Amino acid sequence: MSARVKWRRFVSNFMLTLTGLCALVSVSVLFLILGYLIFNGGKSINWAFFTQLPKPVGEAGGGMANAIVGSAKLLMAASLLGVPIGFLGGIYLAEFSGSAVASVVRYAADLLNGVPSIVIGIFAYSMVVLPFKHFSTLAGAFALGLMMIPITLRSTEEFLGGVPRYLREGAMALGASKWKTIATVVVPAAYRGILTAILLALARVAGETAPLLFTAFGNRYWSEGWGQPTASLPVVIFNYAVSPYEDWHRQAWAAGLVLLGLILIINILARTILSRGITVPRS
Amino acid sequence: MQASPKPGLSVNIVSNVGPVAHGGSAPLPMRMTISKVNFYYGSKQILFDINMGIADKRVTALIGPSGCGKSTLLRALNRMHETFHTSRLEGEIQLDGQNILAQDVTSLRRRVGMVFQRPNPFPKSIFDNVAYGLRINGIKGSTSEMVEKSLRRAALWDEVKDHLHKSAYELSGGQQQRLCIARALAVEPEVLLLDEPCSALDPISTAKIEELLVELKNLTTIGIVTHNMQQAARVSDFTAFLLTGQMIEFSPTPQLFTTPSDPRTEAYITGRFG
Repeated sequence: MSARVKWRRFVSNFMLTLTGLCALVSVSVLFLILGYLIFNGGKSINWAFFTQLPKPVGEAGGGMANAIVGSAKLLMAASLLGVPIGFLGGIYLAEFSGSAVASVVRYAADLLNGVPSIVIGIFAYSMVVLPFKHFSTLAGAFALGLMMIPITLRSTEEFLGGVPRYLREGAMALGASKWKTIATVVVPAAYRGILTAILLALARVAGETAPLLFTAFGNRYWSEGWGQPTASLPVVIFNYAVSPYEDWHRQAWAAGLVLLGLILIINILARTILSRGITVPRS
Repeated sequence: MQASPKPGLSVNIVSNVGPVAHGGSAPLPMRMTISKVNFYYGSKQILFDINMGIADKRVTALIGPSGCGKSTLLRALNRMHETFHTSRLEGEIQLDGQNILAQDVTSLRRRVGMVFQRPNPFPKSIFDNVAYGLRINGIKGSTSEMVEKSLRRAALWDEVKDHLHKSAYELSGGQQQRLCIARALAVEPEVLLLDEPCSALDPISTAKIEELLVELKNLTTIGIVTHNMQQAARVSDFTAFLLTGQMIEFSPTPQLFTTPSDPRTEAYITGRFG
């Protein structure tokens, strides 16, 4: 065997090992985090964690029911803002706009998607919190909703664009107007992809802390309404983790586990939706 | 099959009513007439001064080599070309004596249905595919009766009657194409246009659809684009031969295939090019 062939074999094996190792590292990071969370937070998770309010420092036990409900309320209100705007805007982009308008909107959406979440938080603070002189659930939802718009918009556009032209022609040839074609054929053909994207957007903002710090703020007790501050899982994790108390650290780990579990469930749900139902053949 | 039209004159001698039966008998009534049509995509001209007609309750075939403009001409008949922004049409196309370019496009397309080259069922059930046109057009009456009637007309009923609520994509390609024909027939179009409906199908499915077309012409007027000359000869009553966007010959089918008047037609049908 010549030296040249030996060298080639070595390079080939070396690269195989290197790429394989990198793949292993990226997978193991997830499992390390998951294992660490389960190890540290698992023992603090019990029924009370989901049903009780936090206890004062020094008292054992207590839960985070207010933060769990607060997160759910925030996500719901954020979806009510972000999903319709992003979805309808995506339809306009994919179906109605000329290419010049589309590229401007697309570019702006990508920029908005890239705006750091803390900046979104400051924006929501000055737009909602300052005029009402109050931290509130709605302000937090406003910030999260803003973050959902570009994700929903771009993925709606992408999935609608993926609906083959021949389906639209089939509907139009039967006398369907453009809007009817979109509403009865194009969107139904793409809805699973769009729904998946919305769920992923939801999962993405569910873990956001920065936009909530000075909008929804936080609350040791049950939130008294949409106009009042509320606790949320990410902010509670942040506050507890930086506190000096052992108890709170354990609670923070548990909250992290719950949050990750929530996001995992949303992800699995999204993938299940994507793999079911009638798939439009591509190409 | 109805009596084949007798050998007639080609279109460049008759007026916009198209080929006339020989021997002084009354001309066939034309459902659609195409007069002096020029068609452009952007600055590129696709069709040059086309004149022809689609005879009532007959099958009219458009043949010609790829890129000759036959699909473009067919799509202009229900204004599907308008889905491309750069397209432009000059001239006049009439349906029952009325200019289609001046009509509301959605009601025109309801009257002039279309079946496409590749089967394009919607991602819905078999039933919902056929019912689609009825629903969007707000047609009253028993939907399930009309769906059954359309599926029977498309010779698909016996194969699908037990699983109407399955996805249309579970059907074979040939069945899907017949489903698309049923979907188009459900709104009872006055003219049915078919754009190479068999080009994606195997010979057995093709034979079924050809058989179907011959039966359907009792119900409706048919225009079909095909690159398959044998198919044109088998199913059509009139054939138009297009070459590079020009109408070379438009005659009763037997005449075009036996005694073509233009040498280019003869060259094409004998397989010397195309």
